[in-house]
Amino acid sequence: MSAPYAKLPAWADYGLIPLINLTVAFLVAGLVVLLVGENPFRAAAILIDGALGRGQGIAYTLYYATSFIFTGLAVAVAFHCSLFNIGGEGQAYVGGLGVALVALTFDQILPWWLTFPLAIIGAAVFGAAWAFIPAYLQAKRGSHIVITTIMFNFIAASLMIYLLVNVLKPATSQAPQTRTFLEGAHLPKLNWILEAVGLSVRSAPFNLTFLLALVAAFLVWVLIWRTKLGYEIRMRGHSPKAARYAGVSETRIIIVTMLVSGGLAGMMALNPIMGDQYRLHVDFVTGAGFVGIAVALMGRSHPAGIVPAAILFGMLYQGGAELAFEMPGISRDMIVIIQGLVIMFAGALEHMFRPSLQTLFASFSPRSVGAQPSEEGRA
Amino acid sequence: MEAFDTLIAVLDSTVRLSVPLLFAALAGLYSERSGVFDIGLEGKMLAGAFAAGAAAAVTGSAWAGLAAAVVVSVFFALAHGFASITHRGNQIVSGVAINFIAAGSTIILGQAWFSQGGRTPLLSAEGRFNALHLPFADAMRDIPIVGPIYSELLSGHSLLVYLAFLLVPFTWWALFRTRFGLRLRAVGENPAAVDTAGISVAWLRYRAVICTGVLTGLAGTYLALAQNAGFVKDMTAGRGFIALAALIFAKWKPVPVMFACLLFGFLDAFAIRIQGTPLPVIGRVPVQLMQALPYILTVVLLAGFIGRAIPPRAGGVPYVKER
Repeated sequence: MSAPYAKLPAWADYGLIPLINLTVAFLVAGLVVLLVGENPFRAAAILIDGALGRGQGIAYTLYYATSFIFTGLAVAVAFHCSLFNIGGEGQAYVGGLGVALVALTFDQILPWWLTFPLAIIGAAVFGAAWAFIPAYLQAKRGSHIVITTIMFNFIAASLMIYLLVNVLKPATSQAPQTRTFLEGAHLPKLNWILEAVGLSVRSAPFNLTFLLALVAAFLVWVLIWRTKLGYEIRMRGHSPKAARYAGVSETRIIIVTMLVSGGLAGMMALNPIMGDQYRLHVDFVTGAGFVGIAVALMGRSHPAGIVPAAILFGMLYQGGAELAFEMPGISRDMIVIIQGLVIMFAGALEHMFRPSLQTLFASFSPRSVGAQPSEEGRA
Repeated sequence: MEAFDTLIAVLDSTVRLSVPLLFAALAGLYSERSGVFDIGLEGKMLAGAFAAGAAAAVTGSAWAGLAAAVVVSVFFALAHGFASITHRGNQIVSGVAINFIAAGSTIILGQAWFSQGGRTPLLSAEGRFNALHLPFADAMRDIPIVGPIYSELLSGHSLLVYLAFLLVPFTWWALFRTRFGLRLRAVGENPAAVDTAGISVAWLRYRAVICTGVLTGLAGTYLALAQNAGFVKDMTAGRGFIALAALIFAKWKPVPVMFACLLFGFLDAFAIRIQGTPLPVIGRVPVQLMQALPYILTVVLLAGFIGRAIPPRAGGVPYVKER
């Protein structure tokens, strides 16, 4: 996908343009708040206060952000290979099955610090397995990965409901969920970190998975920018032809990238299942897989951008809950609109303000705008 | 005889269940044939259904509901066009965005305007598209075989059902027998050639997405004003994606699209019918398997095991005029 746009200075490209796009997205969201008949500024104030005002809010914000870091990284890794993995939702759902199987098997015999690594493997393997079929079909048979991953989201939902209702549900229970895990599959909370800096946290599900998410973000950076595999992934992403010419096996790169992506999405399941609920239940992903798309676009597919973007969405989730409490007209579904607007303006319309910005830059200093049109493809 | 009655009942609900799929899949057909991928069918349908429910509740007229649905759906379609045609954005990303914006705003606005937990007020008969009775439907009811087929299966549907099935030959004619259709298909295969002929690629594609908007508006109207008596939150429930699956299953051709929608509608009707009762040969089939079947079939088709689905060649690629 060549975009014949001239180059801007790097700070404008990576700082100013995303900032303008985000601002526009939030302005439009403000219009929706106006349409509902509430004051958008007051709504924003409540939202920020709810997310960051108290230790409790911050802990919840970070808890939500943990899930979004995983799903954001999952989408971003695939983006670097110019694959669009919309299947994060399904991969996370099936990843939850891996977590639950490990937890149900080992929670009686192992302490949490031995169950956790096994559960990480379980989550990643199941998530990756769910991404494997779409990846294989894309690589070998040319089936469009966007369509197949959407289909696999629905298939995953049906499969998981079937398994929960018919296989995993204890005979004594009515609700479609597994039994509650024992101590051996409970992850320690991290609320003490916030308490150490003087904030009070009553009870929040902020847990160890957050640190795992940060490690994953670092490892993704290493993978994409510091390894041969990452180089090959980016090369395939920029130009499949160049990659083929350089002797990179396209089949292998597509499948490996999607396995990494699916594995990251699957690891999202650790956060709610072992960190909060201590059981596997229906619909535990609650859209986190889709939030990952917004997070990856907003963070421009770079871990250093994804972590703050995930925290911003964590704020929206937590602050949105407070907002729904204060302003009954605005439920949590406001977040879904904001998510959509961010995807629209930071994703599909990311070049909307570029031409006028270029004119502006050129009028100040013609040399800051490269004369040669760049052939840089989009992520 | 009882088996025959059951069959007629299942086929009757097949027709009803496949109509929203048919509208949405034909909608996608126009857009995708012109080279603009649209995974936002779900969102546009949902927005249309909400607009139809809201407008019909306020005005009490089904036609006002239909008009509102078409206007709102076309607006969303134009937003998709603005992003993917004018600004050459990623069409998949834009479609995903539209799905989210529609899902969130229908709930928020519905709650703010009607305070019924995201649904619109229940509509009276004037606010809906009611069943039409074809002539002699009652008189023919007692004739064996032909009677039930005519009076149960063919008669007694709303106007929109007949419209949906009439749109199939119309779409075929429009795409394969008119100048507009020839150009639309050409712009989906080789936009540069169309441009060389002095025809505006952008304007052609915009007209295609407007057609998509009108048809998804009809799909939404059917859901809110004919199948139900008002809008319920998230009422499309993935039908937009099943329609997309049907479109791919039918290899982007109008008449096969109708059969694909009828097949998926039949699977749905059949699943509702056999819920819990074991089948003769295979035994008890899990409901979830039946629900997942359209998606599984589409993946199998995409994999090229039963024929090959080849999308329009320029699909998903924004057109850049050479400078």
